[in-house]
Amino acid sequence: MTDPANRGLDQPAAPSGRRRFSVRSRSGVRRRFSLFTRRDKLVLGLIVGIPTFLHIFFIWLPTVASGILSFTSWNGIGLDKIKFIGLKNYSDLFSGIYPPFWPAIQHNIIWLVVFLLIATPLGMFLAVLLDKEIRGTRIYQSAIYLPVVLSLAIVGFIWQLIYSPDQGFINNLLGTAGTPEAIDWFGNRNINLWAILVAASWRHVGYVMVLYLAGLKSVDLSLREAAAIDGASERQTFFRVVFPVLRPINIVVIVITVIESLRAFDLVFITNRGLNGLELLSVLVTNNIIGEASRVGFGSAIAMILLVVSVGPIILFLTRSLREEAA
Amino acid sequence: MTAPSIAAPVAASGTKARRGLRPQRILLHAFLIATSLVWLFPIGWAVYTALRPYGDTAKYGYVSVGGSYGFQNFIDAWTRVDIPKFFLNTLIIVVPAVVLTLLLASMVAFAVSRYSWRFNLGLLMLFTAGNLLPQQVVITPLYRMYLALPLPRLVSDNGVFYDQYFGIMMIHIAFQLGFCTFVLSNYMKTLPKELNEAAVVDGAGVFRTFWDVILPLCRPPMAALATLQFTWIYNDFFWALILMFTGDKRPITSALNGLKGQFFTDNNLVAAGSIIVALPTLIVFFVLQKQFIRGLTLGSTKG
Repeated sequence: MTDPANRGLDQPAAPSGRRRFSVRSRSGVRRRFSLFTRRDKLVLGLIVGIPTFLHIFFIWLPTVASGILSFTSWNGIGLDKIKFIGLKNYSDLFSGIYPPFWPAIQHNIIWLVVFLLIATPLGMFLAVLLDKEIRGTRIYQSAIYLPVVLSLAIVGFIWQLIYSPDQGFINNLLGTAGTPEAIDWFGNRNINLWAILVAASWRHVGYVMVLYLAGLKSVDLSLREAAAIDGASERQTFFRVVFPVLRPINIVVIVITVIESLRAFDLVFITNRGLNGLELLSVLVTNNIIGEASRVGFGSAIAMILLVVSVGPIILFLTRSLREEAA
Repeated sequence: MTAPSIAAPVAASGTKARRGLRPQRILLHAFLIATSLVWLFPIGWAVYTALRPYGDTAKYGYVSVGGSYGFQNFIDAWTRVDIPKFFLNTLIIVVPAVVLTLLLASMVAFAVSRYSWRFNLGLLMLFTAGNLLPQQVVITPLYRMYLALPLPRLVSDNGVFYDQYFGIMMIHIAFQLGFCTFVLSNYMKTLPKELNEAAVVDGAGVFRTFWDVILPLCRPPMAALATLQFTWIYNDFFWALILMFTGDKRPITSALNGLKGQFFTDNNLVAAGSIIVALPTLIVFFVLQKQFIRGLTLGSTKG
């Protein structure tokens, strides 16, 4: 009955189950669904079931397992060795027995603040400038968004060429290369986080700019014209008219910024494995898996802290998509 | 009626021309040129350094002009590190991962966007939220799962998911399904409902409706997503770093961690190596820029 040769409106309803039902049920989607043939139901079950299974099995199952394991002590070998120890992992973390924990929290917060207060507004500002009709806007846009296609590992390599104490651009420019006065941008624990953040922002600004440029394009031109006719200045037009319309995109950008700050890992790990001033929660999770002593429960507790922080932006994003769903 | 509409553009372009000469405009361009140069500098510097032999930079200093220029660093990086091997590792993972991610994501997206049933919203939330999780939230149990889960010898030479191309491919698919499902279902919702009805009237089953009616209409978002997914999976550092033990089997981006310092002994080689590794993504930038940006923004704006 699904033979393509048999299809066509000119043919009257064939005595097949589906065709009879489908003709009758043109009125409502819901009813049509209940009138699927057995084969249709099987197909639907498979096309939903297979991807959903994969996603749940590889993403959500480990997430839940992380939550459970965070209350246990386990070296990872033998399921029978898992011991429930209640909140001990968490109390150990917060009491400071594990020295890199609080620095990691601090660094993640700095990362987030720099992204939210500097990189993201800068990306937005550039998008607003480049959204105007100016000559060469495409070239400017391309230049700023170029780093977005690069992996963060390569970003780390490229900035090493600028930062390294002996062979880097800055120290060679200052004439301090190879001398004791050379500034070790990635090595000095007082400044390396900031040096890394410059490199990370270099990429993030372009990302944010691209998102806002797309958002600004969707702002109705007549809105701005109306504002201009009413005598609004460019600044007023932006803050009073354009910015409020950009609300959905603002949410997306904030969500992406927060999540990216929590995910930050590659750049720091390739630079110095996340040690000596570059501790981040993501690195600590990793160290507790692949370090010499695998502490699954402890690492999971750190992962849970990452999860708890990311729940906020995730819910923000979901409610936004839900609202669109309802609309 | 026609006179004012012809006059209007002339007037508009007139004001634009006048505006173009305003000092504010010049300032704007100066600012944008300066920003662009600052943004391009790190990559330009990498290219410049890569073109110079180490001996010359040692003699004249890195911030200098002079000596010879050539591609020897690129040749050295390419052969010393055996970059083709790592490119092949990446290829083995990326190509099937992108194809399967798009196929599986379009299947779910089709079901949740073209039929209304109870679990639609829940499913969509599940996938969307999954795509926003930090990878480190799942990695600890996932690592243990990968060590324990059996795989047929056909796709795994040690019998488990860990340290296998197949395992890396699977986690990419599972993870990226979230974003692709979200984007594709948004797109499919914009296609007219009548398409499904017409297909039913024509006697097409669910699968034919999906494969012959809806999927061909999704070429634009599929092209954008394929470009984006290629870049993202190519750029992945984390999954293969943790889940692939054998250094020689790691895809190029993760392999960088082991190559650093060991093979890339001076900055000229680091520069050349970086550019070689960045090349596939730079090609995406120059050739498929439109698709890449579309992919990025499809998730943030509707349709």
